[in-house]
Amino acid sequence: MAHDAIIRITHVDKQYETEAGPVPVLRDITLAIQPGEFVAIMGPSGSGKSTFMNILGCLDLPTRGTYVLDGSDVSTLNPDQLAHLRNKTIGFVFQGYNLLPRATLADNISLPLIYAGIARPERAQRALELLEKVGLGGYGNSMPNQISGGQQQRVAIARALINRPRLILADEPTGNLDSKTSREIMKLFAALNHEEGITIVLVTHEQDIATFAARLVRFVDGRVTHDGAVEKRFMEEATT
Amino acid sequence: MIGAMLSEAWHAMSANRMRTFLTMLGMMIGVAAVIMMLAIGRGAQYVVDQSIASMGSNLFIILSGTATSGGLRLGMGAVPTLKGTDAEAIAELPSIANVAPAVPGTAQLVYGSNNWSTSVFGTTPSFLDVRDWHVASGYAFTDSDVRAATRVVLLGQTVAHNLFGAESPLGKTIRIRQSPFIVTGVLAMKGQSLDGRDQDDTAVIPVTTAQRKLFGSQFPGTVRFIMAQATSAAAMPSAEKEMTQLLRQRHHLPDRAENDFDIRNLTALANAAAQTTRVMSLMLGAIASVSLLVGGIGIMNIMLVSVTERTREIGIRVAIGARERDILLQFLLEAIIISLIGCLVGVFSGVGAAVLVNWIEDTAVVITMSSVILAFAVAASVGIFFGFYPANKAARLKPIDALRYQ
Repeated sequence: MAHDAIIRITHVDKQYETEAGPVPVLRDITLAIQPGEFVAIMGPSGSGKSTFMNILGCLDLPTRGTYVLDGSDVSTLNPDQLAHLRNKTIGFVFQGYNLLPRATLADNISLPLIYAGIARPERAQRALELLEKVGLGGYGNSMPNQISGGQQQRVAIARALINRPRLILADEPTGNLDSKTSREIMKLFAALNHEEGITIVLVTHEQDIATFAARLVRFVDGRVTHDGAVEKRFMEEATT
Repeated sequence: MIGAMLSEAWHAMSANRMRTFLTMLGMMIGVAAVIMMLAIGRGAQYVVDQSIASMGSNLFIILSGTATSGGLRLGMGAVPTLKGTDAEAIAELPSIANVAPAVPGTAQLVYGSNNWSTSVFGTTPSFLDVRDWHVASGYAFTDSDVRAATRVVLLGQTVAHNLFGAESPLGKTIRIRQSPFIVTGVLAMKGQSLDGRDQDDTAVIPVTTAQRKLFGSQFPGTVRFIMAQATSAAAMPSAEKEMTQLLRQRHHLPDRAENDFDIRNLTALANAAAQTTRVMSLMLGAIASVSLLVGGIGIMNIMLVSVTERTREIGIRVAIGARERDILLQFLLEAIIISLIGCLVGVFSGVGAAVLVNWIEDTAVVITMSSVILAFAVAASVGIFFGFYPANKAARLKPIDALRYQ
C-alpha cells in the first residue's frame, strides 16, 4: 500500500533566505497521498499552503526532506525531467486562471501539447474535445477576455487536463469566483476525481469548498495540524 | 514544434506592431547604411582602378634630365638627352616588356571645313601595348611606317568626332600643320586620366615623322621622354636598376656625374591613390557598422522589455511543462525574426538607394554581391547575438517568482 502513494512527502522543511536570516515556512511535513484521493488543504494566510503546493508542483524544491512524486525522488531529477513531470504528470489550476491573454481558448488549452511535441492537427483535435468536456464547446476561437471568470477557469481546467495527468494541483481555484460558479467548478473537479480517478489536491480558504474533497489537511505556521476525512454532513450538503 | 514557436513569435510581434516596427527600423537603417557605404567605397575604388588601368600597368616614364651648361644648372628636361636609340636599347632589357619613345607637341588638325587643335604624339606602335590601348577601327601604323617616317595618323575618339562628326575618318587625308596625313585608324575610347585630362583628345603619329617632318628639333633623333613597361610588378625594382645602368653607360657618364635622365615609377603613384580609396572605403564601412551595432542594441533593449512584460507568461509556460530551452528558443526566435526582416528590408532599401544615387547623380556607386551578403550576415548575427542575452534571462527565471509577478 505504502509504495503506491502518488505523493510521498517525508520530513520536508522549507526555508526562505532573507536579509534577516532564514525564515522557516514549512516544518517537518510528512504526508502521503494515494492515487485517486481528493485532498483539500486549508489554513490561514502565511501558513505555508502555497509553498507546499509549489513543492508538490515541482516549481520549488524543499530545503530538507524528500519528495517522491509518482515513484521518483524529485531532488534527483534535472530541470528537463522536472519540466517533463509538470507537463505530463501534473495539471495546474491557478486562482487567477493564468490564461495567455493573446491566444485563443483552443490555443491556450493545447499549449502544454506544444511542449510535449504533439503535432498541430492532434493539438487542435484534443483542444476541441476538452472544450466540449468542460462545457465550452464552440468557444475555441474566442479570446480569454471575451468570456466570464468561471468560463476562464473551465478553460484553465481543460488546459490542465490535456496531457491526461494523474494529478491536478489547484491553488484556490474558486478564489475569484462567486459561490454559484464556485460550486460548478467544484462539481467539475469532483466528477474528474470520481469518474476518471484523477488525484486532486486543492488549496482553499472556504469550508464549503473543502467539503467537496474526501480528505482535509490543515496547515498552521508551516505544520500539519489536522489530517482526516471531511465530515459527511458537509458532503451531503454540498452535493445537493 | 518550431512551427508552433514561429507562429507564437509572430503573434507576440504583431501584438506590439509599432514597437516591433521601430526595432526592425533600427536594424534596417544599419544594414542599408552599411550597404550604401560599401557601395560608395567600392565606387571610388572602381574609378581609381579604371584610371590606373587606362594608364597602363607597371609603367615607368624616363625623362631627359638636367644639364649643366657653363655653371648654369638647367631644369629637368631642358636638354633632350634621350634618343630614340635609347628606347630601342631599353627594349632589349629582360625585365622590360614594352618601350615607347615619345615626341609630343600641339598642332592644328584640318579636315575639310573642320579644324581642331590637339596634342600630337609621335611614338612607335608599341605605345599601344604600353598604354593598353586598342584600335577601334582601321589599323595601327607599323614599324615600317616608323622607319620610313610616313605621314599616317591614328586619331583619338574626341579628335575623330570633332573633325569628322558621323563620317568615317578611315583612309581620309587630314592636314597637320599643312602636311597631309592619311588616317589609318581610330583609337578606342579611353576616358579621363587620373588628373582629369581627356585622354581621347590626341592624335598618334610615327615618332620619326614627328621628329623630322612635324616638330623638328635642334637635337636630331632625340625624344622628349620614353615610356617603359616592366614585365611584372615584381620586376619593377630590377627594371629601374637595369635601365639606370644602361642609360649611364650609353650616355658615357663618369662614376661621379649625376644622371642626365630621371626615371619615374608611375605605378607607385597610382597604387598610393588606390590605397587611399581603400582606406576610405574601410572607414565608411566602419562608420556604418556603428549603426548596425546601435540597431542590435535596440533589439536587445526591446527584447529585455518584452521579457519583463511577459514574466508571468513565462511562469505559466514553465508550470505547464516548458523546458529552459523552449523559453530560450521562443525569445531568440523573436529576436531572429525581427533582425532578419529588418536586414532583408535594409538590403532592399540599401540597394535601392544606391541604384537611385547612380541614376540621379551619375556617379559610380558599385554594389557587389559580396558586400550585400557581408552586410546581411553581420546584421543577422548582430541580431542573434543581442537577442541571446534577453532570451537567456527569460529561460533562467525562477518559475515561482515568474508566476507571482504582477
